[in-house]
Amino acid sequence: MSDFTLITGDQFLRELGVTFYMVGVALFLGSILGLLIGTALVVTRPGGILPNRVVSVVLTTVVNVIRSLPFIILLVAIVPFTRFVVGTSIGPAAAIVPLTVMIAPYIGRLVENSLLEVPSGIVEAARSMGATPWQIFVRFLLPEARGSLILALTTATIGLIDASAMAGVVGGGGIGDLAISYGYQRFDGFAMLVTVLSLIVIVQVIQAVGTGLARRVRRR
Amino acid sequence: MSSSNDVPSEAGDTVVRLEGVGKSFRSRAGTTTALDGVDLEVARGRIFGVIGHSGAGKSTLIRLLNGLERPTEGRVLLDGVDLAALDTRGLRAAQKRTGMIFQQFQLLETITVLDNVAMPLRLDGVGRAEARSRAAEALDFVGLSEKSGNHPAELSGGQKQRVGIARAIVRNPPVLLCDEATSALDPSTTAQIIALLRRINREYRTTIVLVTHEMDVIKDLCDEVAVMAAGRVVEHGDVLDVFVRPQSEVAASFVSTIIPVDIPAAVRAQLGTGEVWRLSLVDDEVTQPLISTLIARIGVEVNILHADMTQIQEHTVGQLVIQVDGPPDRLAAARAYLAEHVVDVREVGRA
Repeated sequence: MSDFTLITGDQFLRELGVTFYMVGVALFLGSILGLLIGTALVVTRPGGILPNRVVSVVLTTVVNVIRSLPFIILLVAIVPFTRFVVGTSIGPAAAIVPLTVMIAPYIGRLVENSLLEVPSGIVEAARSMGATPWQIFVRFLLPEARGSLILALTTATIGLIDASAMAGVVGGGGIGDLAISYGYQRFDGFAMLVTVLSLIVIVQVIQAVGTGLARRVRRR
Repeated sequence: MSSSNDVPSEAGDTVVRLEGVGKSFRSRAGTTTALDGVDLEVARGRIFGVIGHSGAGKSTLIRLLNGLERPTEGRVLLDGVDLAALDTRGLRAAQKRTGMIFQQFQLLETITVLDNVAMPLRLDGVGRAEARSRAAEALDFVGLSEKSGNHPAELSGGQKQRVGIARAIVRNPPVLLCDEATSALDPSTTAQIIALLRRINREYRTTIVLVTHEMDVIKDLCDEVAVMAAGRVVEHGDVLDVFVRPQSEVAASFVSTIIPVDIPAAVRAQLGTGEVWRLSLVDDEVTQPLISTLIARIGVEVNILHADMTQIQEHTVGQLVIQVDGPPDRLAAARAYLAEHVVDVREVGRA
């Protein structure tokens, strides 16, 4: 241990790995669920490709309820659920559950917006060609919304990194936790500086990659 | 020319038939009737235009024809099949028998021109290679082969519409529906699109039904026209007949956008005695020495107020507004002479 900081390089890299692990898994699961939720929201809304009032109302309510809870509260409120799913209520695995529960409806809303951005005339044209609802979704809506979906996932990833800093509450670890338990609680200015700078760099890189990909896919 | 307003229809060769079709939309504000008791028949191989101002119901009409809307009353028959009676699967099959082109083109921005054209075939389960090769043929037909690898955003409006047309004909549908297909285009591009549609009609015998608010499109492209107002067909006939002798006020106002017939108020105020007649002349009638005959043989005074000639497809249509004066028996003789030599004579109000 050096004389100007309490953390070691190894420790920093390990916690960085934990952050990527939590964010990666939650993003993967959240994207799948979010894509399903967003699609269902668009498809079942009045005037959608397969209107269904019941599904639409239930989904909207669930999404709104989850989204109205601040993450720190969601994290502790669903501890029994977390324990049921992963068998423990502490550690990175335990943090992934609330991260996924938080991000899935968020991605769902973002996906919904992306899909709704596709001009209704495109869907009309698809219907006039005799496309099935599945074909409309896969061959018309998804490709046209691709760029916007990539941007949505970029936003969601950054949101997850943000939320993962609170994982320390359930002993999840990660560099956000490092900043709080060393930088803040033990007055380690260096640890704070390093974590803050790395977070800034990570978010910049993710945003740049997302924006670049979206531009390439859009071809406008 | 045929002087009757009857619709030519070879029995049994009607492609599109509307029987007592009504369509109303229910909303919180109440019920809006978009179509009311519409009967129409389109014979195979015809180019059929529907004209009306916005809100006249023409868009609803074309959306009924390819199953985007279902009628609330009556029957919509495509090749004898009632679209309203089909389940969704049957409806999708029927929709594949019509191609549709849109005012705003509705091309996918994220895929190439070639893949846009191939899309209907891909929906039918045709493999990518075969779909692309048939799409390439359709693109060649519309003269856009060199753009097949481009994305729609790289094309002009006219080129986009030609891609839309290639996409609409790639399945070789018997019926092509055009929803204000030229309304977003400038006049010279419109002329190209009209020429292309006519070529499709001639070469593939594709029946074309188009809706528009532009009388120019009707004049240059259509064989037959239905004029709509407030959800009803107020006039229907061969294009030439409607141009020469419009029966309804709506039709007359559309015709006057092509053939101006109004006499300026200042001139009207200075007109002396006598009557003002509007003569419509078609083809050979325009080359007759009408005026000199009226003056020299019939013995009336004639003053020409307005004269012009318009080409309506292969026909020449002339309009002549004259002021005629003379004793009552001479006027009657003049009227009788004209009735025999020109297609239509009507007195124009001087007020």
